[in-house]
Amino acid sequence: MLTKRLIACFDIVDGMVTKAVRFQDNITVAPAEEMAGRLYDAQIDELIFYDITASAEKRRIDIETVKKVARRVFIPFTVGGGIKTLDDMYEALKAGAEKISVDSMAVRNPEIIYQGAKAFGSQCVVLSTQVKRTEGMPSEYEVYIDGARTATGMDAMEWIKRGQALGAGEICLNSIDNDGTLTGYDIALMKLAQETVTVPLIASGGAGAPEHLSELFTVTEAQAAIISSMLYSPRPERNYTVRELKAYLLRNGIAARPPREEGGAWDAHQ
Amino acid sequence: MIRIIDYKAGNAPSVLRAVSRLGFHAAFAREAGALDGASHILLPGVGSAKATMDSLREMSMLAALEDAVLRKKTLFFGICVGMQILFDHSEEDGADGLGWLKGRVVRFDGGAVRVPQMGWNKVTLSQSPANPALEDYFYFVNSYYVLPENPSDVWGTAEYNGRFAAAVRRENIFAAQFHAEKSGEAGLALLNGFLRQGRGFEPC
Repeated sequence: MLTKRLIACFDIVDGMVTKAVRFQDNITVAPAEEMAGRLYDAQIDELIFYDITASAEKRRIDIETVKKVARRVFIPFTVGGGIKTLDDMYEALKAGAEKISVDSMAVRNPEIIYQGAKAFGSQCVVLSTQVKRTEGMPSEYEVYIDGARTATGMDAMEWIKRGQALGAGEICLNSIDNDGTLTGYDIALMKLAQETVTVPLIASGGAGAPEHLSELFTVTEAQAAIISSMLYSPRPERNYTVRELKAYLLRNGIAARPPREEGGAWDAHQ
Repeated sequence: MIRIIDYKAGNAPSVLRAVSRLGFHAAFAREAGALDGASHILLPGVGSAKATMDSLREMSMLAALEDAVLRKKTLFFGICVGMQILFDHSEEDGADGLGWLKGRVVRFDGGAVRVPQMGWNKVTLSQSPANPALEDYFYFVNSYYVLPENPSDVWGTAEYNGRFAAAVRRENIFAAQFHAEKSGEAGLALLNGFLRQGRGFEPC
């Protein structure tokens, strides 16, 4: 059966991975391709890299870094940030990304979702969105853009529904309220989303312990979870390895791609 | 020479990177002549069956591909849509495929499961010249899947709202619905097994 995916998601500044806590205080961790390789070897299921510098400085996406990562990992990886046009998308896909994540830019120009899906297929277009609990919104969640700094007045559920209709093949929902708190995913948000759209959902924001993953995967239909904060938090004693998290899920009866035994006879190319 | 058919919208660069990582030399094929003398042909695919067939037609690649695979029996590996177009017909846009294998391509039931299927699924593969019998996890992104008429064409199966054909094989033709080039070490091992054929050191 289809397994639940664990995704590491990082912000990249000048080719270096950083981890943003509540979208502030970027801490340099490692070169992107080195971190990608380490996580690939550790059996992460998928990677997402946001080129935040590209957005802030109005530059295009850092294609060289995408290429370096693509040479090192043979699992799907998504890039976002700095993508404004179909050409940008094509360049990123050609450089080795599987999927393109669109966020603030899609709010400003929703048509890009349709264009991207038409040109490259829906499976290439991930609609990522930052949402915050806001009273008065129909769903009580509002869409924020520009690194979660700017409220849009748009209802989060209406936005993801529209995104799906435009052709987004996957939706990544980041809870601004839970992000960086290590208290668990926003379960209510994911339940709302699963009733709103039919494409696969990625939960983001709030993971701090393995129980948060089992909760997410048992009580919601989310198919994937962003776990970066459990891998590389500023407090190493609270960090987990991908292997530990996978083992935990499997022990709890949740379908996960099991950690691979090293040096098996089948790995003939090694 | 290993040739990877590149029709722009596809994921040919990812396949080339995987093949290179395994230590093989390969090059893109963008016109019919490039298939001459190929030892192995890989046909990656993303997007729709119709778009893929249209691209192959625009590149005047169809006749050369059939000549290489059906008559010269060149080893062939189709990936994702590159597997779907081997069959007679796809429900998606009502597209006709190559018809090398009997059967049709249908959509997953969106009322029962999330469509597209996206992620790692466990595949049971029967033994072939490229691999021992095995179970392993491979990465899928597909809304459509094949219904082969001939059970002996099924190479591997996986479960998504029931069992479906995750890989097919007949003689020199190999194809997978999953993205072997993005399926980590399991995918690399399978591609390696395919590429090692015809080089005097088949692993199985």
